[in-house]
Amino acid sequence: MNAGGDNRARLLALYGTMCRIRAFEETALAAHRAGEIPGPLHVSIGQEGVAAGVCLNLRPDDRITSNHRGHGHALAKGAGVAGMMEELLGRAGGHCRGKGGSMHIADFSVGMLGANGVVAGGIPIAVGAAQGLRLLGSDAIVCCFFGDGAINRGPFLEGLNWAALYRLPVLFVCEDNGVAAFTRAESVTAGPGVAARAEALGVPAVPVDGNDALAVDAAAARLVAEVRGGGGPRLLHATTFRLMGHTSTDPAAWREVGEVEAARAEEPILRLRAHLLEQGVAPRTLDAIEGDARAEMSQARAAALAAPWPDAAVAWEDVQDSGAVEAA
Amino acid sequence: MAEVTLVEAARLAALQEMRRDPRVWVLGEDVARGGLFGQYRGFIEEFGAARIVSTPISESTIMGAGLGAALVGTRPIIEMRIFDFVMCAMDELVNQIAKIRYMFGGQARPAVVVRMPHGMWRNSAAQHSQMLESWFAHLPGVVVAVPATPADTAGLLVSAIRSDDPVLFFDPKNLFPLKGEVGEAIEPIPFGEARRMREGTDLTIVTWSAMVPAVEEAALTLAARGISADVLDLRTLWPWDERAVLASVARTGRLLVAHEAVTVAGFGAEVVSRVVERLGPARLRRAARLGQPRVPVPFAPVLEDALKPDAAKVVAAAEALLRD
Ligand SMILES: Cc1ncc(C[n+]2csc(CCOP(=O)(O)OP(=O)(O)O)c2C)c(N)n1
Repeated sequence: MNAGGDNRARLLALYGTMCRIRAFEETALAAHRAGEIPGPLHVSIGQEGVAAGVCLNLRPDDRITSNHRGHGHALAKGAGVAGMMEELLGRAGGHCRGKGGSMHIADFSVGMLGANGVVAGGIPIAVGAAQGLRLLGSDAIVCCFFGDGAINRGPFLEGLNWAALYRLPVLFVCEDNGVAAFTRAESVTAGPGVAARAEALGVPAVPVDGNDALAVDAAAARLVAEVRGGGGPRLLHATTFRLMGHTSTDPAAWREVGEVEAARAEEPILRLRAHLLEQGVAPRTLDAIEGDARAEMSQARAAALAAPWPDAAVAWEDVQDSGAVEAA
Repeated sequence: MAEVTLVEAARLAALQEMRRDPRVWVLGEDVARGGLFGQYRGFIEEFGAARIVSTPISESTIMGAGLGAALVGTRPIIEMRIFDFVMCAMDELVNQIAKIRYMFGGQARPAVVVRMPHGMWRNSAAQHSQMLESWFAHLPGVVVAVPATPADTAGLLVSAIRSDDPVLFFDPKNLFPLKGEVGEAIEPIPFGEARRMREGTDLTIVTWSAMVPAVEEAALTLAARGISADVLDLRTLWPWDERAVLASVARTGRLLVAHEAVTVAGFGAEVVSRVVERLGPARLRRAARLGQPRVPVPFAPVLEDALKPDAAKVVAAAEALLRD
C-alpha cells in the first residue's frame, strides 16, 4: 500500500469503523447488564477487522447478508446507529420496529439484508440476491458473512456450488474465529477446512489474517474487483478470535486459562493503532476517533432508552397483506 | 374461451405473467425442459436461461435463493417439483420467507410463489403423495392456495404472481389432466373467496384441492337420493372464506368438511371450530370431517384406495350427518 494522503484517510476510516463497532458492542453489553436490553446479544468484539476491512470495499448499492453476530457487519455497511440501538432495546424507532432485536438486525436502506438467527441461513439468500441483481442488469455484488460453524451445514455446499455454477457476483466471507458457539471448530470439522471446500466447489479462496485489518482491506479490494468484474464468486477465509463468550450471558469459562489474554495482544484495533502510530499519526488523533465513537454510542444508548416503546398494535402489523389478522 | 387441461391452464397463467412482467422468473429442477409436468413447456425458448433457471437438486437454495432474489426486487416462481421435497427447504420457507417481512419490521416483501404439486398421484407412495397444507395454514406470513379446477388454478396463479405476499401454491397434481375453460386473458382471482359448486339446503359440504371432483360426484349421488348439498370449494385456506361457509351453515345447520389430507389436525378442524365458535350449537346441529386416516400413504393401489377419501365415503358421511 502506498503511504500517501489517500491511504492515510483510508486507514483512519478503517480505524474509525472498527472503533465504532467496538464502542457499539461494549455499550450494548453495558446496556444489557443494566437490564435495558432484553434477550441475548452475540457480540463480535475482537473480530471487527473483518467486517470493517471487507465493507470498506463495498458500494452503497452492494448488498450483504449476515449471521447471528451481525452488529459489526451492519455498522460497517452503514446501518444507522440510532435505529440499531433502538432495535436492541426493543423500541418503536428500531430498524425493525422492535420486532427483530439484535439477532435480526437489518437495514435495507443501506443494502444490509439482514442478520440471521439460523446458522448458514444467509447463504442461499445471498446467492439469490446476486442472481436477482444480475437479472435486473445491476453490477452490484453481494457479500455473504458467516462463521466457521456454517460450513458444516448443507446450505454452504449448496450455495457455493450454485454461485460457482451460475458465476454469480458473490463474495463469501468466512469469519473463522475457531469456535462454533462453545465448540472448537476443529473438533467438528473434518478435512482441511473452508478454503479447500470452497476450491473443491469451484470457488477460489483466499486466506487472510482477519485481525490485520489492512490485509483484510487489501484482500477484499482484490476479490471485490474480481467478483464485480464478472469473475464469479470468491471466498475470503479470515481467521480471527472472538474475545467474548458466545452470548452476552456466557462468561466463556470454557476457554483455556490465558487463552483470551494472549489473544488480546493480537486484537485488530490495537494492531491497526500500532501501525498508525508507526506511520506517524498522532496518538491524540486516534484517541479522538475512539472517544467520538464512544460518545456516539452512549448518546445512542441514552436516546434509545428515552425512546418510546412500540404501540401494542404494531405486533399485528407487517405479517401479510392477504389474510392479515386484526388486532385483538 | 378455450378448453384446456389444468396443467395447461397453469402454464398459460405463468406464461401470461412472464410476458407481462420481466421481473418474473422461474427457478427449480428441470424447469428448462418444461418442468416435471410440462407446466413450463416452451418457456426456455421464449424467456431464455436467465429467467428459466434449471437448478441443481438443492432445495434449500432453490427456496432461499428465490427469497434473496425477491429481496432485491425480482418476483421468482420457486418450483419445488413435488410438494414432499419442501421438507428439504423448511428453514428457508418457515424461518426465512414467512418471517422476513415481520421480523424486519416491514422493510422487505418476500414476493415469491412457491409451487408445490401435492397429493396422491399414480401410486407414488409415502414420500410423493402427502397433503400437508394444514401445516402451512398454521404458519403466519404466507398465503395458502389450493385450487382444483383449470380456471381457478390459472386465476389464482396470476394473483399469486402479482401478490407481494409469499404464496404457497399447491398444484393439485392428480387433477392435472382435468379439463375446463380458461379465458383468453386470465383474470386474477382474489384470495379468500370460495367458489360455490352447487346450491343446496340440507347440508353444507366444504372441500378443496384433490377432493373437489369426488365431492362433485358425491353431490350428484346425494341429489339423486333427494339430499340437497350446498357445496363450497374454498380455493385458498389462508385467507379462507369464513363468511361464505358461515352463511351456508347458518341455512343448512349441517357441515361436512372433506379433504384428502389426514383428518387429525387437518384444516377441516379449523373450519369446524370456527363455525362452532361463530354459530354456536343452536345453528350448527351436526358437523363432521372426512379425510385420510392418520397413516402414511401406502403404495399398492388396493391399499391406497382403502385410505383415500372418495365420492362413496363423502356420500356415506353426508347421509350419516342427516340421520338424527
Ligand atoms: C441451524 C442452527 N443450528 C444451531 C444454532 C445455534 N447456534 C447459534 S450460533 C451457533 C454457533 C455458530 O458458530 P459460528 O458460525 O462459527 O459463529 P460464532 O458463533 O462462532 O461466531 C450455534 C450452534 C443456530 N442458530 N442455527
